[in-house]
Amino acid sequence: MSGILAAGSTGLSGLTLALIASLALGVASGLLGTFVVLRRESLFGDMLSHAVFPGVVAGFFLSGWLAREGWVENAKNPLVILFCALVAGVLGAVVVTVLGRTTRLKQDARLGIVLSVFFAGGIALFGFGQPAGVQGFLYGQTAAIDATDLRLMLGAAAIVGVAVLLFRRPLLVVSFDEGYAHNLGYPVTWLTLMFSVLLTMSVVVAMQAVGVVLVSAMLITPAATAHLMTDRFPRMMALSVLFTILASVGGTLLSGSVSDFAAGPVIALCATALFVAAYVFAPRYGLAARFWHDRGQRQRIQRENVLKDIYRVLEREGFPAEGATVGTFEAERRLDREGAERELKMLEDAGALIRRNGGERLVLSEEGWRQAARVVRNHRLWELYLTNEAAYQADHVHDDAEIVEHLLGEEAIQRLEAELGFPKTDPHGSPIPQPSAPPIHTTS
Amino acid sequence: MDVKDMTEGELPRAAAETDCCEPQQGRTAAGRSSHRVALETHDLTVTYRKRPVLYGIDVAIPEGNLIGIVGPNGAGKSTLIKAVMGVVRSTGGWVKVFGKPVKESLKRIGYVPQRESIDWEFPVTVMDVALMGTYGKLGPFRWVGEEQRRRAREALERVGMLPYAKRQIGNLSGGQQQRVFLARALAQDSDLYLMDEPFAGVDAATESAIVELLKDLRSQGKTVIVVHHDLQSAREYFDMLLLLNMRLVAFGPTAEVFTTELLQKTYGGRLTILSEMAEKAAREGTGKLHPKNEP
Repeated sequence: MSGILAAGSTGLSGLTLALIASLALGVASGLLGTFVVLRRESLFGDMLSHAVFPGVVAGFFLSGWLAREGWVENAKNPLVILFCALVAGVLGAVVVTVLGRTTRLKQDARLGIVLSVFFAGGIALFGFGQPAGVQGFLYGQTAAIDATDLRLMLGAAAIVGVAVLLFRRPLLVVSFDEGYAHNLGYPVTWLTLMFSVLLTMSVVVAMQAVGVVLVSAMLITPAATAHLMTDRFPRMMALSVLFTILASVGGTLLSGSVSDFAAGPVIALCATALFVAAYVFAPRYGLAARFWHDRGQRQRIQRENVLKDIYRVLEREGFPAEGATVGTFEAERRLDREGAERELKMLEDAGALIRRNGGERLVLSEEGWRQAARVVRNHRLWELYLTNEAAYQADHVHDDAEIVEHLLGEEAIQRLEAELGFPKTDPHGSPIPQPSAPPIHTTS
Repeated sequence: MDVKDMTEGELPRAAAETDCCEPQQGRTAAGRSSHRVALETHDLTVTYRKRPVLYGIDVAIPEGNLIGIVGPNGAGKSTLIKAVMGVVRSTGGWVKVFGKPVKESLKRIGYVPQRESIDWEFPVTVMDVALMGTYGKLGPFRWVGEEQRRRAREALERVGMLPYAKRQIGNLSGGQQQRVFLARALAQDSDLYLMDEPFAGVDAATESAIVELLKDLRSQGKTVIVVHHDLQSAREYFDMLLLLNMRLVAFGPTAEVFTTELLQKTYGGRLTILSEMAEKAAREGTGKLHPKNEP
């Protein structure tokens, strides 16, 4: 790492430095963003980014003074700046906590007060001497980063990465179920404090990349995107890091291709583009997935309803081996020929229906029979349950059963059957079929 | 079952502490019996936003029982458990578990928090939650191995949740969610279980399955303390009851403390004047009323 940095001041191009900075940003804010989002502390992260700013300005002054006195070499010493930033960040967090203990103010008001007053203080402080380099923290400087900045970013990112790796389980448990963290003997207060310190470090890293105001975009958006993508915690962390890096690299390259365009906002926009993509296309929670899922459900319910009606027709006619006629099916479904054909084709395509006699006779396949018997059983069991156990009148139960018949799983059915004493008939006297039993009429 | 017969036969005189505010000297009656004490509190006091929630609770709960904590809403039932666990800070008194301060006995305690305290959208699976039960003995830095996974699987198996191991916890019914958190406590393999409303929002089938599990734990000599809000079933489920209404009203074998008089005392309104005065004292800054011994 030091090799890269030594070369940095001379050898590496600005673009290479920016790309390495993107990695640091990904690790630091991508990892901690996961916790921020899951702990519902997004506004806290925003507060920290503003609270840290006066610390950065003070760090520049202090570092400059130390350099003049000959204590440090560089007027922009990363360690001094990081230290001052940490002090300011922790101070901001302490003020928020103290206000909480001593006033009736809610968290959001407390965060708002601290956020604005610290930021205002930072700007005022900046006016005193306007040290060169502070601008980079205010607006972000991904494209113009130098080796000293990079050293600060990499150092902070390394600390964050190692700490999250070492304390992954305590941090997970404290974020998920704080009461249980006490049970495991984790030092909850210390962990929370450590988290604030790490968060401050990642804020410092993100500030250099995108500037004070957009820090929360880097902390929140990639982690939120990852949350839409997965139900696994380690995967969410990995995706959050990946999205941060993608946004940062993409933003840097894009802003580089348009001259004089600040990288920070473009990086934030890239992160948002990823979010929008996940919002639409995420495998399980995306709009498209939900649309397909709902559509699949509607189709299944429709198929089950049609099968149920064929079953009813067959039952009424004593399960004739030659099947039901299309005419009786039309009458049962109250459809014209065209509508009936559409539904029958749907069942045929699903392999549930076989048509005989030039299509005039309808016979259920094994699979079709199983599905039909299952939904009829569900319907009748539910009617029985409502009349027997929930004291419904027999003529009030049909509509409920029309919905529930599609929802009952095997486990619920087993409990229902046991509770009802394995009944044979429903409240109207119709027999309850067994889907596992062979079809009453033969299909072969 | 032996243990159960023994405890029911021999259980100690009720350690009912009905007289308000008289500090108890030494051990309670239960503590002196042949049984060792699982959980002991002395003058345990908790205030929340200056409002007293629990006043000077003295109780000694013997090992190997199924104990219900009952009382009206706002009686401080959950607070008592949380204060024992250190989740809420007590403002006075002390707690011992198996004769040692709680911090030294944590590995012997399994805590099941209230369901409402959990964020069900959190990206963890049923297996992940059960694995957390093994973290205590694993220590913070070692990786989870096959041994831990085996224990988590066994615990899930015991509550019938193994088939759902890969599910995200939000995609479960209320009863299933509760069983996952029981499995986590089982994976800890503790001696004392503290459960905060494990029957809340749970269907009847799960409730009876949980009761069977708790009885099973008791027959292995474990102590199980359950916050419970339904008096009817409390009588049926628990060997011993702790009647609570900001003060300890009574503690003892169910048969002895489930009396009209004690229940009336528990449910018959708050200690209104006491709590008003304590609150006023705190507000006016004239000195705190109950907690004599600030930590």
